[in-house]
Amino acid sequence: MLFSAILTGLVLGGTYALVAMGLTLQYGVARIMNLAYGDIIIAASFGAYVLFTALGINPLLGMLIVIPAGFALSWLIYAVMLQPLARRSRDRGRLEGDSILATFGLLFVIQGVALVLFGSGFMSYSFLAVPVDILGTTVAANRLLAFVLAVVFGLGLWLVLTRTRFGTVIRAVAANPASAPLVGINVDSVARFAFAIGGALAAAGGVVVSMYLTFSATMGVIFTMKALIVVIMGGVGNLMGALAAGLILGLVETLVASFIDPGLTLAATYLIFLTVLVVRPQGLFGRAAR
Amino acid sequence: MMKLVFALAALAALALVPAFAGPYPLGLGIGILGYGVLATAWAMFSGPTRYISLATVAFFGLGAYTVAVLADMLPYPLVLLVAAFVGLVVALIVGLATLRLAGIYFVIFTFGLTELVRQLVTYYEVNVTRTLGRYVFLPLGPEHIYWQLLALLAATLAIAFWVSRARIGLALRVIGDDPVVASHLGIRITRTKLTLFSISCVIMTLAGAIQAPRWTYIEPSIVFNPTTSFLVVIMALLGGPNRLFGPLLGAVPLFLLFEWLSANFPNHYSIILGLLFIAIVFVLPNGVLAAGDSLWSRLTRREARP
Amino acid sequence: MTLLSLHNVTKRFGGLTAVNGLTFDLAMGETVGLLGPNGSGKTTALNLISGYLPLSDGSITLSGDAIGTLPPERIAHRGVARTFQLVRALPSLSVGENVLAALAFRKSPLWGQQAEAQIEALLADVGLSGRASQPADSLTYIDLKRMELARALASDPQLLLLDEWLAGLNPTELRAGIDLITSLRQRGITILLVEHVMDAIRALCSRCVVMNAGTKIADGPTSEVLADREVIRAYLGDEHA
Repeated sequence: MLFSAILTGLVLGGTYALVAMGLTLQYGVARIMNLAYGDIIIAASFGAYVLFTALGINPLLGMLIVIPAGFALSWLIYAVMLQPLARRSRDRGRLEGDSILATFGLLFVIQGVALVLFGSGFMSYSFLAVPVDILGTTVAANRLLAFVLAVVFGLGLWLVLTRTRFGTVIRAVAANPASAPLVGINVDSVARFAFAIGGALAAAGGVVVSMYLTFSATMGVIFTMKALIVVIMGGVGNLMGALAAGLILGLVETLVASFIDPGLTLAATYLIFLTVLVVRPQGLFGRAAR
Repeated sequence: MMKLVFALAALAALALVPAFAGPYPLGLGIGILGYGVLATAWAMFSGPTRYISLATVAFFGLGAYTVAVLADMLPYPLVLLVAAFVGLVVALIVGLATLRLAGIYFVIFTFGLTELVRQLVTYYEVNVTRTLGRYVFLPLGPEHIYWQLLALLAATLAIAFWVSRARIGLALRVIGDDPVVASHLGIRITRTKLTLFSISCVIMTLAGAIQAPRWTYIEPSIVFNPTTSFLVVIMALLGGPNRLFGPLLGAVPLFLLFEWLSANFPNHYSIILGLLFIAIVFVLPNGVLAAGDSLWSRLTRREARP
Repeated sequence: MTLLSLHNVTKRFGGLTAVNGLTFDLAMGETVGLLGPNGSGKTTALNLISGYLPLSDGSITLSGDAIGTLPPERIAHRGVARTFQLVRALPSLSVGENVLAALAFRKSPLWGQQAEAQIEALLADVGLSGRASQPADSLTYIDLKRMELARALASDPQLLLLDEWLAGLNPTELRAGIDLITSLRQRGITILLVEHVMDAIRALCSRCVVMNAGTKIADGPTSEVLADREVIRAYLGDEHA
C-alpha cells in the first residue's frame, strides 16, 4: 500500500516537475507570471484527447503535433499580447502587475473556448491501461510512461540549458536582463523563445496528464497553482529545484489522498506552500535574496 | 455638511426604489449594489497598496455558505455575525502568511485561495454534514436583500471615507508608494495591511451572506464562481481604485454590460469577458493600476490650476 | 555621553563581507563624517543602523539599549531618522503629505491642525515654504532632497543619518545646505553623515570615521584623519601616499 502510494506519487510528481519547469522558464526568463499556464496544459490534454478518440492517433505520436502547437501558440501569445506590455513597462513590478492581469484575462478566454468546444464534464481516454508489475506492486503502463516522459523532457531541457550556447544565453537573461544586452544578447527574442519553450513544456505536460488522469475545462487553475507552488518551492528559475519540489508535492499529495482523505490534497498542497512562504520565501533550493 | 445632507438624501431616495421597481429592475439593483460593495471593499485595500487580490469570491462564497449552513439553527442577525467572524479569521490567516512578503506571493496565493476554500467547504459538507447542496429558506424577499445591501454599501463607503481621512489611510498610501520609507517613518507595515485587508474581507463576506437567500439552492460551485473575483477587479480598476466613488462608478456600467452579455451570449460569456479584460490592460497606456489615478489627477489638477 | 555605539558590526552578503567588525561610538550632539571610497561599506553601515538590513554579527546600541535586532519602525520610534542616497520621495503624495507621513507615525504623533502648522514650519526650515500642496513628483532634484530632509526632521530625531545628502548640489546650494545642517547641529541633533564633499566635511564634522573594504581604517579629528597616509592611499591609490 505504502510502496504503491509512493510509486503513484512519484509519477504525479514527475508531471508536476515537468510543467513547473515550463513555468519557471516563463517567469524566470520572460518575467511573465502566467496565470493562464494551467489552461494551456488543459488545452493540450484536450488536443491529445481529440487526436486519440477522433483520429486514432496515439498520444505519443500526438505529442509531435501538440507540443509544436503549444510552442507556436505561446510564441504567438507572447509576441502579440505580452511583448508590448514588456516593452512599455520600465520596472519589473509594473510588468508583473500588467502580465498578471492580462494572463488572468487570457485564462478566461482559453477556458471559455474549451467550455464551448467540450463542455464542463470530466474527460479521459484509455491508453495503455495495462498493469505492469514492479517489485510486487502493479502500476498502469500509462503512468509508467508518463513518468518516463517527464524524466526525458526534464533531462533534455536541463542538458539544453547547461550544455549549449543557447542555454547559456537563456540563463544569462534570467540572471540579469538589464545587463544581457551589453554582451550582445537580444533580450526580447530570448524572452519570447523562453516563453514559447515554457508553452511547449506545458503542452507536453498536458499530453502526459491526459494519459492517466481525468481532466475538465475548468481544471486549469489547479494546475497553474500547483506549478506555481512547485516553482516557488524550488526557487524561481531553478530547474533542479523544480524537479525536487515537484516530486515532493506529488508524494505528499498521493500520501494524503491514500492515507488521510482525497478531498484534502489541495489543502495539503497549500499547507506546504504556506510553510515554505513563511519559513523560506526564496524557495527550498533558492539562494537567499539580499 | 452639505455633502452629508446630499448623501443622506441620495440614500433615502435609493431606499425607496423597491416601492416602485418591478422584480427585474430590482434584481438589477441588487446586482449593482452587490458588486458596488465588493468593488469598493476591494479597492479599499488593493487601491493604495497595489496588492491585487484575486480572492474576492472566496470571501463572498464563505459568507453565502455560512448563511446556508446556519440559517435554520440561529437567528438571522447572529448568522450574519458568525459569517463576518468566519471571514475575519480566514482573512487573518491569509494576511499573516502572505502580507509580510512581496506582492507577487499575495497575488498567487489569493489566485488559488478560491479553489482551496471551495474544496475545503466541499470536504466539510461531504464528510461532516453529508449534504453537498443546500436549500436556503429565509423569510426575506428581494426588497429586504436590497435594503440590507444598500445599508452595507453605505457603511462600506463611510468606512472607505473614514480610512481616506484617517492616519491608517495615509499609512496605506505611504506603504503603496514605498514600503522602505514607510518602515523608516515608524509605520507598522504588516499590522496596517492586515487591518485594512481584514476590514475589506469582512465586508466581502457580508456581501455574500446577505445575497445567499437569493439563490434558494446553494452549492460550492455556484457561490465560489471565479468570474466574480475577476469582475470586481475590472470594475474597481476601471472606475479608479483610489477614489471614494470610483469603484462604484465602475461597477454600475460594467455590471449592466456583463448582465447583457451573459443574457445574449451565454456560451461565449467568459471568452468575451477575457478578451475585454485583455483589451483594458492594453488600452490604458500607463498600466491598469495607474490609469484610474492619472485620469483623475489630470482632471482635478486642471481644475486646481486654471 | 554616548548616544550611538557600534560594536564589531558585521554584514555579509553571501560570500561578500560588506561591513567587517565595525566599531565606533557617537557622543550626544556630535556631528561625525563617515568617509571612504565607493563600495567601502558606508551606506551598508547606515542601513544596519536604521534597521533596513539585519546584522550578521555584532551589536548596535542607542542610549545603551540594543537596537541591532529591531525592525526599522521600532528604531525610528527610538529617534533615528535618515535620508537615502537615492532620494526616496513618496511620489503619489503631496509635499506636505510626505512630511505629514513622518509626523503622523512618530513616537509622539501629530495629526490634524497641529500637524498642519508643524508641516509649514518644517518646510520653511528647508526652504520649501508654501509648497505643501504641490505634488511631490513635480519637485526638482534639489527640492526633493530638501523635502526628504524635512521629512526626516519631522520624525523628531535625536540621531539623523544623512546619506550623501550634499552630493550633486551646485556651489550656492552647497553653501545653503551646509548652513542648514549647521543649524540642525545647533539644535542638538546628533548627525552621522556619509559624504564625499570634502569642503562640507571640513565645515561640519569635528570628527571622521573612515572605512575601506568594510573595515574602519581611521577615526579621529577631521584634520588629522584627512592627512592620514592610509586614508589618502585608500582614496587615491598607492602612488599618492
